[in-house]
Amino acid sequence: MKKISLEGFMKTIFILCATTSILAIILIVYFIFSGGVPFIMEYGLKNFLFGTEWRPSNTPQLFGILPMILGSLYITFGAIIIGVPIGVLTATYLAKFSDRRLYKFLKPSVNLMAGIPSIVYGFFALQVIVPLIKNLVGGSGMNIITSSILLGIMILPTIIGLSESSIRSVPQSYYEGSVALGASHERSVMSVVLPAAKSGIISSIILGIGRAIGETMAVILVAGNQPRVPDSITKGARTLTTNIVMEMAYAAETHREALIATAVVLFVFILIINTIFLFIKRRTLN
Amino acid sequence: MNNLKSNIIRYIIKLSALITFGALFFLVGYILYRGIPNLSPSLFEFKYTSSNVSMFPSIINTLILVSITLVIATPIGVFTAFYLVEYANRGNKFVDLIRITTETLSGIPSIVYGLFGMLFFVYRLEFSYSLIAGTLTAAIMVLPLVIRSTEEALMSVDDSLREASFGLGAGKLRTIFRVVLPVAMPGILSGVILSIGRIVGETAALIYTFGTATQMAGGLFSSGRTLSVQMYMLSNEGLHVNESFATGVVLLIVILIINSLSTYLSNRLTKGRTN
Repeated sequence: MKKISLEGFMKTIFILCATTSILAIILIVYFIFSGGVPFIMEYGLKNFLFGTEWRPSNTPQLFGILPMILGSLYITFGAIIIGVPIGVLTATYLAKFSDRRLYKFLKPSVNLMAGIPSIVYGFFALQVIVPLIKNLVGGSGMNIITSSILLGIMILPTIIGLSESSIRSVPQSYYEGSVALGASHERSVMSVVLPAAKSGIISSIILGIGRAIGETMAVILVAGNQPRVPDSITKGARTLTTNIVMEMAYAAETHREALIATAVVLFVFILIINTIFLFIKRRTLN
Repeated sequence: MNNLKSNIIRYIIKLSALITFGALFFLVGYILYRGIPNLSPSLFEFKYTSSNVSMFPSIINTLILVSITLVIATPIGVFTAFYLVEYANRGNKFVDLIRITTETLSGIPSIVYGLFGMLFFVYRLEFSYSLIAGTLTAAIMVLPLVIRSTEEALMSVDDSLREASFGLGAGKLRTIFRVVLPVAMPGILSGVILSIGRIVGETAALIYTFGTATQMAGGLFSSGRTLSVQMYMLSNEGLHVNESFATGVVLLIVILIINSLSTYLSNRLTKGRTN
């Protein structure tokens, strides 16, 4: 009898623990949204999202986050242009071209790449990529190009990890069929295996976009952080994430609410990206 | 003609891999090369001053933060996975909800966690910038990682083991703790160790929860900075480039150890499965 009650007791504990993540999501959504949405209502959604001026110290204060939205989008787009082809092809290399001994060394390297702290990436970029870009295009070297290169590198492990496993999960018979028809190894991989792994590769890209949009501490060191609508990729830009970190330390009242509202916008972006990701993943599973 | 095309494809693929791993090894090499000569004893002095910018207090802070976070997040995460894998029925709506929330949690950027931690723990619960605020924020952040890796480890345990245990008259609980858990242990540990890496590398979520005070955190309610936050503060000020490199070396070495340990353990799990 006593044993049965222990079983029941522990099962209740397990269920309670399982509700923690639901509770956490509810709390996060509640606190971020209740902190930011009233401000957006008051300031006007259109003024907030499409306002081109961010001047918290002006009178009246101006809180337009279009510069940051565009900054995030441009930098993320650049990161995708750089990171996706290199990442997908590296995944192809790992899955189809590397021999076993090398693979045993390279696979943990990808994991290491995923584990390196963003601040280390950022500092590296500040010390190496910034001077390089400065020499190439002039200016301070802290601009959209530099940030895109940095984020392009940082999203590689995300893209490689997921792409590689989806390439590996393509049935061997696809490849064999193609080779039997006379196609070379390279051609079979590129025109048969990769297209079959398409949905996994696409979800890896979406995950990479999420990672790039959400990245903060690396970008803050190299993006320049000027809150103006970027008109050239050789100019500095500020992202949604860095806007929050840079000003939170001293922001008060309306200014603070505007920063929380910035997080609301970022959060909505991430939720949309996550939903697309989950949708593709579920569709693939079914 | 076809041959040429194949060759070009092969070279492009190899070039991509070269860029990826070249970037990684250059980064690691460069940080080590610039940082190791700067690992002076003054960087490890007991007390931080603005002249020695010692990282010793922040190393201790990181250790404390990681330990307490794991004490909170590991049981919750592991028990959640127990429920998901061992108890819940397939197609259960509650399980679906937990899975979706876990995946959503894992996609939330750390700055949003940081802001949430600030609004909830620091201001609403009035913890101010403190170890406890940082810990709780970090615990929520690594929860999905622990749940996911435990789930995978549990699912990789052969069902015949469970059936054998039930067949011998063991209850569910005894089966989980005595039969399933030992087999899944390396996988769970490898996930927990990855969580350590995530916490060690975290900056954005901690800067407005644990804060940036330079001393060792004296208690649950005192503020401090972790090693990553220390590196951020140093490199942002721009006055201590050499010390930043040295801090980067320590961070890289920690991550290197953590990753090797995690890889080793997850290899042991897959080996155990094939035998």
